[in-house]
Amino acid sequence: MFTTKVFIRKNKIGNFLKNIREHYLRDDLFCGFTSCNVCKPEDTALSSNIENKSGLFNYPHYLILDTNIILDQMDILEEDVICNVIILHTVLKEVKHRSLAIYKRLNAVIDNPNRHFFVFINDHHRECYVPQEDTELINDYNDRCIRTACLWYINHIPDAKFVFITDDARNRALAEEENITTCSIEQYVRSIKENNLLEDKLAKRDYHVESDTQDLFPAHLTVTQVQEGIKEGRLHQGTYRASTSNFLEGFVSVDGYEDAILVQGRSGQNRAIDGDLVAVEIFKEQDWIAPSEIILEDESRVDTAVEEVLLKENELKEYSTGKKKKEKAKPTGCVVGIIRRKWRPFCGILQQDAPEGALYHLFVPADKKFPKIRIETRQAEFLKTQKIVVVIDDWPRYSRYPAGHFVRALGKIGDQATENEVVLLEHDVPHSKFSEEVLSCLPKLPWIITEEDVAKRTDLRHLDICSVDPPGCTDIDDALHCREIEGGMLEVGVHIADVSHFIRPGSALDVEAASRATTVYLVDKRIDMVPALLSSNLCSLRGGEDRFAFSCVWEMDKNANILKTKFHKSIIRSRKAMTYEEAQLTIDDKSRNDSIAQSLRNLNNLAKILKQRRLEKGALVLASPEVKIRMDSETMDPIDVEVKKLFETNSMVEEFMLLANISTAEKTLKDFPDCAMLRRHPEPPKINYEPLVKAGKHLGFEIKTGSNKELAISMDNAVKEDNPYMNTMLRILATRCMMQAVYFASGMFQKEDYYHYGLAVPLYTHFTSPIRRYADIIVHRLLAVSIGADVTYPDLLDKHKTSDLCQNLNYRNRMAQLAGRASVAFNTHLFFRGKLQDEEAYILSVRKNALQILIPRYGLESTLYLSQKGKKSIFEYNEEDQTQKYEDVVFHAFDPVIVRLALDSNNIQREKLVLQLVFPVVKGFSIPPLNEEHKRKVETDQKKTKAKKSKKK
Amino acid sequence: MSRKELLSKIGLRADGRRAQELRRIRCKLGVFTEPDGSAYIEQGLTKVLAAVYGPHQVRGGRSKAQYDAAIVNCQFSMAVFSTGERKRRPRGDRKSTEMSIHLKQALMATIKTELYPWSQIDVYVEVLHADGGVYAACVNASTLALIDAGIPLKEYVCACTASLANNDIPMVDISYQEEVLGGPTLTVAALPMSEKIVLMEMTQRFHLDHLPKVLKEALRGCKDIKVILDEAVRNHLVNVGSSSGWVKNK
Repeated sequence: MFTTKVFIRKNKIGNFLKNIREHYLRDDLFCGFTSCNVCKPEDTALSSNIENKSGLFNYPHYLILDTNIILDQMDILEEDVICNVIILHTVLKEVKHRSLAIYKRLNAVIDNPNRHFFVFINDHHRECYVPQEDTELINDYNDRCIRTACLWYINHIPDAKFVFITDDARNRALAEEENITTCSIEQYVRSIKENNLLEDKLAKRDYHVESDTQDLFPAHLTVTQVQEGIKEGRLHQGTYRASTSNFLEGFVSVDGYEDAILVQGRSGQNRAIDGDLVAVEIFKEQDWIAPSEIILEDESRVDTAVEEVLLKENELKEYSTGKKKKEKAKPTGCVVGIIRRKWRPFCGILQQDAPEGALYHLFVPADKKFPKIRIETRQAEFLKTQKIVVVIDDWPRYSRYPAGHFVRALGKIGDQATENEVVLLEHDVPHSKFSEEVLSCLPKLPWIITEEDVAKRTDLRHLDICSVDPPGCTDIDDALHCREIEGGMLEVGVHIADVSHFIRPGSALDVEAASRATTVYLVDKRIDMVPALLSSNLCSLRGGEDRFAFSCVWEMDKNANILKTKFHKSIIRSRKAMTYEEAQLTIDDKSRNDSIAQSLRNLNNLAKILKQRRLEKGALVLASPEVKIRMDSETMDPIDVEVKKLFETNSMVEEFMLLANISTAEKTLKDFPDCAMLRRHPEPPKINYEPLVKAGKHLGFEIKTGSNKELAISMDNAVKEDNPYMNTMLRILATRCMMQAVYFASGMFQKEDYYHYGLAVPLYTHFTSPIRRYADIIVHRLLAVSIGADVTYPDLLDKHKTSDLCQNLNYRNRMAQLAGRASVAFNTHLFFRGKLQDEEAYILSVRKNALQILIPRYGLESTLYLSQKGKKSIFEYNEEDQTQKYEDVVFHAFDPVIVRLALDSNNIQREKLVLQLVFPVVKGFSIPPLNEEHKRKVETDQKKTKAKKSKKK
Repeated sequence: MSRKELLSKIGLRADGRRAQELRRIRCKLGVFTEPDGSAYIEQGLTKVLAAVYGPHQVRGGRSKAQYDAAIVNCQFSMAVFSTGERKRRPRGDRKSTEMSIHLKQALMATIKTELYPWSQIDVYVEVLHADGGVYAACVNASTLALIDAGIPLKEYVCACTASLANNDIPMVDISYQEEVLGGPTLTVAALPMSEKIVLMEMTQRFHLDHLPKVLKEALRGCKDIKVILDEAVRNHLVNVGSSSGWVKNK
């Protein structure tokens, strides 16, 4: 049968067009019941052996769900308790239209055969199709379709019972009129016999408004009002970013304003949560205020304590609206509507101080950017000891906090395993075990090299190749060699593990690796991108074993000029897997003259020339305080934190990797101008450099930011003899001004935009770490095609597909980086637990009520508060010079200090390091030093000042 | 996953068809009396009229006439109301001219032109509603009109479109909605009985690996269409014949 759907739609220009589409009605669609003898049987997940155990419906029954149940209660549906569910196609389509994320989760449930979910295509079914009436709204129409399908089922399978679950009261009433058994999800969940605290997971949506409660927030504008406002230019659209230091402040970056719009206080933020797409109204210029620069934390306890917030709001106002502040005022506004929520599951803990037996609790997210969430639970005593996951359901006007529900517990607070889990979840790192399907793609052991393999590859097993990596590295993906050839030339080879040989495009393994995108390194754990068999065995270029490699071989003269570049797939046998230290010793040991030592020396010399050349072109030397945490191998407790040691060989390996990457980028771009995967590093906008230039100015250096070369030169010149660490700090600051480097498909950008700012090269890509980065695998595949060693496949040549892939890679990379840092931070805290220590440190920047301190030994950055809570600071803050002064003591940026480190464990979720000043001595503020050396320093200093004072007298 | 899929996971396309199903085809021969042959075809919502004049004396410049074959003149036009937004020019624009040439190429492959030296055959097609697969419908309508005109053909020439859903599954007879959603569309005009391809066109590049299966699907579509056209022709003959007492009325 055949019918048409007619609808009228507005096109981009604003014309109204009539659209007519065909809509075929079929009679070959299966109802899902094996007992049915009318329908043509197909595979079905519904099973008469499985029963839903509900006290309300004391017989075997099948569930039919309304769209609102799926959209709101996905957490319940993901529980194994509910099964034998019929999902109507109308519902499925509506879910997909409303939320793609929920749609994906629903699909995962449907695909799981143990859950017994079945999709019935009611809208194309001849007997279930109902035409939409002229004045009928789409929601009402969908509801009617669902009810029609319910009735059809009841008549079609008279033996079976069906229960229709909906939270829409009107739909429920209409269903009852038509004699459909129906109930709400809450009723149903409550009646489940093996309830298992499932109730906690019910999402609470208040559809009715309590009239007696006072509204704490202004109302949001409606969607149409927001759209009109934006069109007229009254309102502006932007992403809301909460301030990490002040819970009552946030920023919205908006097109057309250089500075982000400041929103302050409850009414300003108006229930926006970090990441939400919001509409803001910008105030008149005279009402603009300056960001407060103070640090405020939400400390309210009970659910309804508005007073506490009022107090803090007033405090904030004082800071922001001083007369002096006027000139620093930033565009200010308030959130008037929310265009799109960006709510996700949050990890965190229950606030510990709730009274026993209470039903409502406050949940504190691990990430400070997010507000506390009010949840209802009956197992609070247990959950208080756990890290838990919670999602937000709603944030009504009268509620101080958003309302949410409990999803699952992760484990005991403070456990390393739990904390790792939190880090991984918070950074959206896929870390489940590899599925059977993925593992089935792996080669069978024992793995042997066949004749065929040898015929296809260049045999380089006779070369003296070795690898240089950090100690304890098991996924070795690069190895090097260098030998002299005729004419006094050098042949240099970089050999990269041939991962793309094992991971074939389109296989489950490939899909999984693409989604993981990168290996994530936590302090005591590695989350592999590919299964361990590949990452630490078959692909890893271990010493003394035959391995497949992708080799990039250059012919160079002694001045490191490339004369010829060659790529080929090869078989290599690494002579030795060395650490950086070993390699360094080999080079330095004059008595060694074997071929490996010689080749390392040659490589090292070439690398120095290459590096020099690179720096001349304007490549930047940046620094970031990177540390390594030594773990006790048995207890897995951190025993020491140390800054990573760097050898010459680190730089040697790096140079050749860079060279290989650049050569690969050139080659792949030449052969695939449209779909090569490259990496670009955009030049940061001038405004990013402001803190760096300012800091330089205070020290009397001019930092030029015109180009990367100017920046590099001016940073090289900024050296102070009495403070050698200062230059490093400048470089740390410079690193923070940079943009993120990103992968992209060459066809999506102009040629000028390919530039890599940090490395100062026009073309760059990643080729050298295919074991731990997916981008490299793609680059390998492209390169393999261009040398004729492999064939293409459709997705490889589609620039849009590549571009989509790049977005995922960029996102995952960023998250992996953050996860790594979070893990280091946690372990550093663990290390300081119960310790008191004085350390030399430097002031990174001066704030209004605090100093930002960097402790190089631990690579730690932390805040030293200058005033106690509620008290006035004894220091005088000079905004112009960025200094804090008390009597003779003046703090400038980059000044050396000594601080005491201690861990404040009062807040068990966010243990934080507390700093106290030891040196310079400030009466009534600093504390006496712990160890002798520092004591002496303090004493001599005091003598000096005394001497000065007496001289003055 | 994009919000729009050409083929849903349960195997249905947006309009409820399965991947290998054609749209509903309805056709009629002899819809006009003035031309020598005429036909009307509906493929889904795509509606096309075709009219054939000739063979007749070569009109206009006599120099065009050929001593050993008839010349075939095709004119493609689209009604101004055939698309969502009204068209400015019904014919003569670049796209229509191209369509005319392609149509001629497909028809030349099947008309036995050598039987009519010094003469001309005119084929006019008018699209009343365009909903994807316009060229295919035009070729099919022209075939029917040529048969109605009694012009000797080698065999039916049928055309069909095919595309690739979810980068994997070939699907046949692409509607306008599916064309717009993306994916490369392959149009094939073929002589289904001898399995000869007379015209093949692609809207986008796609990977060579996919071509064989998409092409196979398009050819299968052509064969299916041929069966439908053939039945229509036979029915038409029965109708015409029975009114003149030529065939016994069933």
